[in-house]
Amino acid sequence: MTNVIEVKDLRKSFGHREILKGIDLTVGQGEVVSVIGSSGSGKSTFLRCVNLLEWPTAGEILFKGESITRYGFKIPDYREKVGMVFQSFNLFANMNVLQNCTIGQIKVAGRNRDEARAIALDCLDQVGMSDYIRAKPRQLSGGQQQRVAIARALCMQPDALLFDEPTSALDPEMVGDVLNVISGLTHTGLTLIVVTHEMAFARDVSDRVVFMDGGVIAEQGSPEDIFTKPKSERLQEFLTRFLS
Amino acid sequence: MVERSMWEWMVLLLQRFWPQFLKGTAMTVMLAIIGTAAGFAIGLIIGVIRTIPRRSGGKTGLSVRSVCLGIVNAILAVYTEVLRGTPMMVQAMLIYYGLTEFAHIDIAALPAGIIVITLNTGAYMAEIVRGGIGSIDYGQSEAAKAIGMNHWKTMIHVVLPQAIRHILPATGNEFVVNLKDSSVLNVITVTELFYQTKGLRNFYYRTYEPFLIAAAIYLLLTFVSSRLLRLLEKKLDGPTDFTLTEKSGALAGGRRRK
Ligand SMILES: Nc1ncnc2c1ncn2[C@@H]1O[C@H](COP(=O)(O)OP(=O)(O)OP(=O)(O)O)[C@@H](O)[C@H]1O
Ligand SMILES: [Mg+2]
Repeated sequence: MTNVIEVKDLRKSFGHREILKGIDLTVGQGEVVSVIGSSGSGKSTFLRCVNLLEWPTAGEILFKGESITRYGFKIPDYREKVGMVFQSFNLFANMNVLQNCTIGQIKVAGRNRDEARAIALDCLDQVGMSDYIRAKPRQLSGGQQQRVAIARALCMQPDALLFDEPTSALDPEMVGDVLNVISGLTHTGLTLIVVTHEMAFARDVSDRVVFMDGGVIAEQGSPEDIFTKPKSERLQEFLTRFLS
Repeated sequence: MVERSMWEWMVLLLQRFWPQFLKGTAMTVMLAIIGTAAGFAIGLIIGVIRTIPRRSGGKTGLSVRSVCLGIVNAILAVYTEVLRGTPMMVQAMLIYYGLTEFAHIDIAALPAGIIVITLNTGAYMAEIVRGGIGSIDYGQSEAAKAIGMNHWKTMIHVVLPQAIRHILPATGNEFVVNLKDSSVLNVITVTELFYQTKGLRNFYYRTYEPFLIAAAIYLLLTFVSSRLLRLLEKKLDGPTDFTLTEKSGALAGGRRRK
């Protein structure tokens, strides 16, 4: 298995506050990694560093063996290959569903209109939203918006997708739809890193679960190990709080 | 001398000098259109430049890029402060007479007038655009970056279309202000409506009636343009509902799975 993303001693401070205190994580091609941990433990910051929406203070992130923070690294090209899905969907409000899915393909990947449209319809189909291509984001429910956001990321045909709490802003009845869509992406060869508070999802879908606490990875392992044989006290506490 | 009522004076003036009023009105409208359009462009460019992230790579501290951006931003800040902090009439005098006096550029009144109204509008528009860009939630910019768009693409395709829609009322307001305030350019002999009207005083030694006509024309211009703008805004907002695509192969050219 080749490594898609390797994170080495990643540190991030905001002002004088160190939020990430040395993260090491290697994610292989096609692997599905869930990141869990309590609020404020630095999960979002970590994911945003991997996508360079935040610039690491120290440490190294390798994408297929290449340092993404080195001078001259083409960040836009990298972002094309590593997509991101946000908690708040962040669809482009001035575009309809189809345009949301084609704009990046046309303006970034350089595909022509027809090709982009065909790929977009495929991806929208995959998330069950192909009937809504003419809708504007504000006309859709949260769950629908998030599925379109996933399709938008898929359209770039990335190697990896990062999800930052993709269901946290949703009404309970829509959470399932979105989680099903994400589950459907596993075993497609796509590498997924999913920050989530959905423990059942983390347990059932991931190859590996990472528990973050206070800016470090406190524990990681197979879902079974993490959920049935937690070693650290912090993880045990966290799980009792969450699973009760 | 014949005794005439105010009304009769106005009819007489219009009959005799309608070409002057028409020319003045045309000039006023032209100044407002060019000034607002060019000022809008300046405002957009400044707005985009101001939002360029200081560090692209993320190297903290001084880089050539951040120093250059700092200097450009300082110049832009001075530009907006000065142009917003001084009366346009004074700016007109300084630019028109200043250029001839010190730079020895013999500039005609009209180009000078266009420069003044453009620079002035640009300074106000820069602030308006800044507010417009700020009103678009940052998440959309991040999403655009996350699919590989750079700053310019993000601005052009995602942020500006929405920001422009938001600032359309303010831009329309600038246009209305320009219709009226272009009158100060009479001090450098730009032949807009006020200047033309002023010139008519000497024919009958009447001041009130010509300016009453001018006032009516200004009012008509501002009234009509604000109505047109509101129509445009409605049109841009588009329909409020959408239609579901029917489950037919026609849509995707038979590419749909299932
Ligand atoms: N741009 C920023 N400036 C300053 N502090 C920040 C910034 N972004 C995050 N932080 C701080 O970093 C800490 C970790 O935040 P982060 O969003 O990574 O946590 P999280 O694990 O994602 O939490 P949650 O589960 O609530 O989303 C928080 O204390 C937050 O206040
Ligand atoms: Mg978070």
